[in-house]
Amino acid sequence: MSLRLAYSAVSGRGCVKISVVCLLRPLLLDVIPSVRQTVALALGRLADHDVEMAEAVVKAGILPQLICLLPEENRYYKKTAAFVLRAIAKHSPQLAQAVVQCGALEMLVVCLEDFDPGVKEGASWTFGYIARHNAELSQAVVDAGAVPLLVLCIQEPEIALKRIAASTLSDISKHSPELAQTVVDAGAIAHLAQMITNPDAKLKRQVLSALSQIAKHSVDLAELVVEAEIFPVVLTCLKDSDEYVKKNGATLIREIAKHTPELSQFIVNSGGVAALIDCIGSCRGTVRLPGIMTLGYVAAHSENLSMAVIVSKGISPLSACLIEEHEDHIKAAAAWALGQIGRHTAEHARHVATANVLPTLLDIFVDTRSSEDLKMKTKKALKNILQKCTYLPALEPLLHDAPPNIMKHVIGQFSKVLPHDSKARRLFVTTGGLKKVQEIKAEPGSLLQEYINTINNCYPEEIVRYYSPGYSEILLERVENYQPVL
Amino acid sequence: MAALARLQEKLQRLQEEYFLTYRAIDEERKTKYKAAVRIQRWFRACRVRAYLRHLSKMAILIQKWWRGYLRRKYFREIVERAYFIKKLEFYNEMAVRIQKMWRGYYVRKYIHNFSALKRYLEAVSLNNEFVRSELQEYAEMKENEEKMKDLEKKEEEEKYQARKMHYLLSTAQIPGIYNSPLRKSPDPMELLLRKSKPLTHRKQKMGSSLADELYCWPTCEKPPAFVTTLPLLPAPRQKPQGPFRDPGEVLRQRYKPLEPTLRVRESMNSPPAKAREATGREEWRSPIHDNKFLPFSSYHKNAEKYEPSICNSGKYGREAYGTKYFREVNPKKWIADKKVKLAVCAHQPQKQSYAKQLCPELYG
Repeated sequence: MSLRLAYSAVSGRGCVKISVVCLLRPLLLDVIPSVRQTVALALGRLADHDVEMAEAVVKAGILPQLICLLPEENRYYKKTAAFVLRAIAKHSPQLAQAVVQCGALEMLVVCLEDFDPGVKEGASWTFGYIARHNAELSQAVVDAGAVPLLVLCIQEPEIALKRIAASTLSDISKHSPELAQTVVDAGAIAHLAQMITNPDAKLKRQVLSALSQIAKHSVDLAELVVEAEIFPVVLTCLKDSDEYVKKNGATLIREIAKHTPELSQFIVNSGGVAALIDCIGSCRGTVRLPGIMTLGYVAAHSENLSMAVIVSKGISPLSACLIEEHEDHIKAAAAWALGQIGRHTAEHARHVATANVLPTLLDIFVDTRSSEDLKMKTKKALKNILQKCTYLPALEPLLHDAPPNIMKHVIGQFSKVLPHDSKARRLFVTTGGLKKVQEIKAEPGSLLQEYINTINNCYPEEIVRYYSPGYSEILLERVENYQPVL
Repeated sequence: MAALARLQEKLQRLQEEYFLTYRAIDEERKTKYKAAVRIQRWFRACRVRAYLRHLSKMAILIQKWWRGYLRRKYFREIVERAYFIKKLEFYNEMAVRIQKMWRGYYVRKYIHNFSALKRYLEAVSLNNEFVRSELQEYAEMKENEEKMKDLEKKEEEEKYQARKMHYLLSTAQIPGIYNSPLRKSPDPMELLLRKSKPLTHRKQKMGSSLADELYCWPTCEKPPAFVTTLPLLPAPRQKPQGPFRDPGEVLRQRYKPLEPTLRVRESMNSPPAKAREATGREEWRSPIHDNKFLPFSSYHKNAEKYEPSICNSGKYGREAYGTKYFREVNPKKWIADKKVKLAVCAHQPQKQSYAKQLCPELYG
């Protein structure tokens, strides 16, 4: 009878909550092991389904009873107990804290030492769910001594166990540098690096995510990850058919590149930039985002690296991103990356400008639907590029549409170039730029007015007067007032 | 008297002449005086002028010589200085030239090495091309693999279907579904059916006998299957054959608890271990055998007298046994008085001498 009740509770979904838990509780201490196991399975499924159920289970004080004699139980019971614990712990940090407080961590460590891979998988999954919430819980997991056992789990032949262990290591190391250092000290990096070549896509996702969580905290950790000789193997992940493998691979490269110029240099030398650019070109959506940010970081470090990015044909995918993508944060990242590429010298700005990026940026900036963050990033990028841009044909279209704060920079650049170049002056007149400049109204004494004066001084006065607005009316007035000499 | 008369006549005339001459003289005296003064004045002025001229000439001469001397003295210095300045300027110019060339070279080579940058960028693009082609190859390879896998899977499925539906094969009398008489040649499925071996029934799984199930029941090593029938009693298990040891013994040996020595068992931080350490330190600090540098040393010299050990002291002082000789020799117990001669060949002198060395007492 007890078995039948437990069996029905296993499949029950909308049962009355607390009473079920109270009914199941005495069965946990039953003599027959299969009863205990079924009850545990039932509790696990109930807690998995619903937060309140999980809280009810915790409140009823079942957890200590569940795990009190865990080391002596058989492997099915251990698996089910681990399932219950993770079903409770996954909902919120408080529930996870409750799980930790009843001493579950030591029991789970005992489970991790078991021979059966299923038990190990369950235990490491539970550790992963606990460690995911915040740094204190991760620290508790580490203090229980789970990390060396997890590293041993990674070396096991079963793929599912490797996946789960990698994801748990990733969750532990993501919170703080000390936790990442603990994971590194257990020798995880070498094993994770070996597994990058594994054909299983989900495993690669987790492994790449774990390595990127380790590398993101500090330069030393990033250097340790790089020393594990992941380049150029990681670049093959960027060509994988699975989208998330590409994304995590790009994230790993981003976390390494952002620390120092030397690391970025290393990535460029191993051909990582080319692979990333191809990856950006072939993906769509949020998968592109880490790749774009990597290009931005690499270009931001120094002008040589920025030139290397340009030479690897990095600008065209970025401008394509700006045009095609719908999400604001991806566009903002692309605009930021372009700004970093173009801000170093006139050469860089020229390359960026010839790719016809500036009008696009201007459109985005002026567009009312763009978010604040996007507008700010576009404005900064425009400003940075314009301050170095001396390539006048690219600046021409901006003259006509730009808002005043951008116009200031455009006119400033014209005023720097025109006094020295006569051909440019001629072109400026013939393309109607001078006319446009005359039409701009600026407060006397402002920077814009100074630039306009500088430009006007480059031309003879008749031309300036000719192009000033209302000149035809003035001429006609003169015609009217003229007394013909008879 | 005539003379006198004449003189008296002349006297008047003389007086008049005298008066006239003296009046003339008196009148000329002033002019003469003035003239004389003038002449004297002019002459004295000339003299003074000549003297002054002379003086100034002398002064000029002295100054000329003095200044010449001074200038000649400093001329050398001035020339040296001017030469030095000229040399310095020359050197400065040359140094500027060298620095200009060096700085240009250095900046162009190490700081803004444009040619190296160009080469680096070209190398980067080459490497990128290479990486891109490799990755392309890798991607293509992966795609091919996937395609192959898919194809194989499909083939396997078809084969399995053909094996399952082997009965649809056409017989001699009745054409099968895939072998319609209206067709020119049989369907490929028909050919596959002809090739495939019929599928046999799945072998009866040597399912775990109920005995095993019951054995595992209390310890629950298998997932519980809800038992619906009554289990049979288990058959007695066969004992393994062979002269094996009594399992109890084996277990006792295997699980004999570890009994380490006291020293190993004791932890490093326990009191006896610490005490042992402490005594070691004490010994090191103040060893017993060191001669302590004590005050009143002559007093202590007398005090430190040698006391012989009881074991070695015999009736009349030190016994020789233990220091001079170690073995007891009892010649009275010897068998023969004469020295023993071994029957050793004469022409083996080495052996003999060796034997002599071994027992010198015997050979004498």
